[in-house]
Amino acid sequence: MSIKVGADYGLQASGTAGYSSAGRLERVLKSGHFAVTTELAPPDSANPEDVYARARVFDGYVDSMNATDGSGANCHMSSVAMCALLAREGYETVMQVSCRDRNRIAIQGDVLGGAALGINNILCLTGDGVQAGDHPEAKPVFDLDSLSLLEVVAGLRDKHVFASGRKLGDPPRVFLGAAENPFVPPFDFRPHRLAKKIAAGAQFIQTQYCFDLPRFRHFIDRSGDLGLLDKCFILPGVGPLASARTADWMRRKIPGVHIPDAIIKRLEGAVDQKAEGRNICIEMIQQLREIEGVSGIHVMAHRQESSVAEIIERSGVLGGRVPWAPSREPAFEGDYA
Amino acid sequence: MYSARLWAVRHARLLELAYRAFEPVIVKLHPLWKAMGYRRAEKPIGKLEELSKGLLFDCKMCGQCILSSTGMACSMNCPKSMRNGPCGGVLQNGNCEVYPEKRCVWVEAWEGSQEMKGGDKIQVVQLPVDHRLKGSSSWLRVAREASEQQVVKREASQ
Repeated sequence: MSIKVGADYGLQASGTAGYSSAGRLERVLKSGHFAVTTELAPPDSANPEDVYARARVFDGYVDSMNATDGSGANCHMSSVAMCALLAREGYETVMQVSCRDRNRIAIQGDVLGGAALGINNILCLTGDGVQAGDHPEAKPVFDLDSLSLLEVVAGLRDKHVFASGRKLGDPPRVFLGAAENPFVPPFDFRPHRLAKKIAAGAQFIQTQYCFDLPRFRHFIDRSGDLGLLDKCFILPGVGPLASARTADWMRRKIPGVHIPDAIIKRLEGAVDQKAEGRNICIEMIQQLREIEGVSGIHVMAHRQESSVAEIIERSGVLGGRVPWAPSREPAFEGDYA
Repeated sequence: MYSARLWAVRHARLLELAYRAFEPVIVKLHPLWKAMGYRRAEKPIGKLEELSKGLLFDCKMCGQCILSSTGMACSMNCPKSMRNGPCGGVLQNGNCEVYPEKRCVWVEAWEGSQEMKGGDKIQVVQLPVDHRLKGSSSWLRVAREASEQQVVKREASQ
């Protein structure tokens, strides 16, 4: 018996025709289930157990975990390493790739390496500016942007060539994602930008935190007008706010986060602000689920990861479905040799 | 110059017309550039381009100008060198996350493109920047490529 690593395992599990990857996220989405993804906080350590401990809290509640790539321009364990560690255990991950820290040579190498290590999904991001993080003195690379990154990875996968045109052997079989932020200007451009991302190869979209439903609806309506909703899977971002103070800090300090005053007021008026933050999140999930064109949600619960299971449970979005977790597999008793 | 840059976007339509008149002239001058040698022409023409576009657009001389596709806002002024649209960090007032006192280049670009006849070009996916071209003249590149294409067309029709 061989250890269930990456691509082979998925291929055995469910065939390959019509799929870009061997992963479960693509299959969950394409079979019409409401998908749940979350964000994994990367450890500031070299201990693999730190990664596993952070992943286990989501067992049975999420279809995939995003491993962030120096999010907020802060230094942490790399996304490719986190995903590779988790793939060893059979977990489904989304490897986030940002253009801030690496040029096209390094990124393409990581995409091939990541796919070889069992990564099935890649999210192409531009990345936060270095001024936002703990190393503002670092050199911002930005050799590619999120769009050209999508094109380059799609080229590796579909045309079997590097950006230079040079041929490669086995292509990386990955499901390609991108981010979008419908909540910041220029609002009228955002749906067109989604169209560009789809044209460049995006198959699924995870958005920035949604706290403003009218703005999200506007974005979805315009995207529908452009005929984009059946061309990609959209997973709006949601998350619990810990308190009114945190919410206000987030919207002032984290680039791209938009939280309307009404949400802050509601938190301020609550006796238990943390519980109210979860309630707001659950209501948001339930409202988003009703919107045509929404295929799932992406839960970002920074420093509140332990609340994700409860939020998803109470929202009822899984409808009794239990996403795969290592505990669902019989314990492995053979040799790893 | 920042104020000139903002002016250029407000007058994107005018500048689009101006460039449409200007481009055929530099292309027609191909025999001159060829006689001079494109490499030798690079110095004076590149300097002229750098000065004029530097003044108007804060041009960074990337050597592969896409101003006509970006509402006359130079996308190389984006601190993330975004060539395909705004990042997700734009502030609620439309300013840049890295330079909060400045307008987001792509908020400007979108507004400029809405004024232009060929504004739809903002929806075309741009290739990654070719860093070898930095510092070279886009005008001369346009002239050479356009005249080469004309030759190909002529030969094909013969």
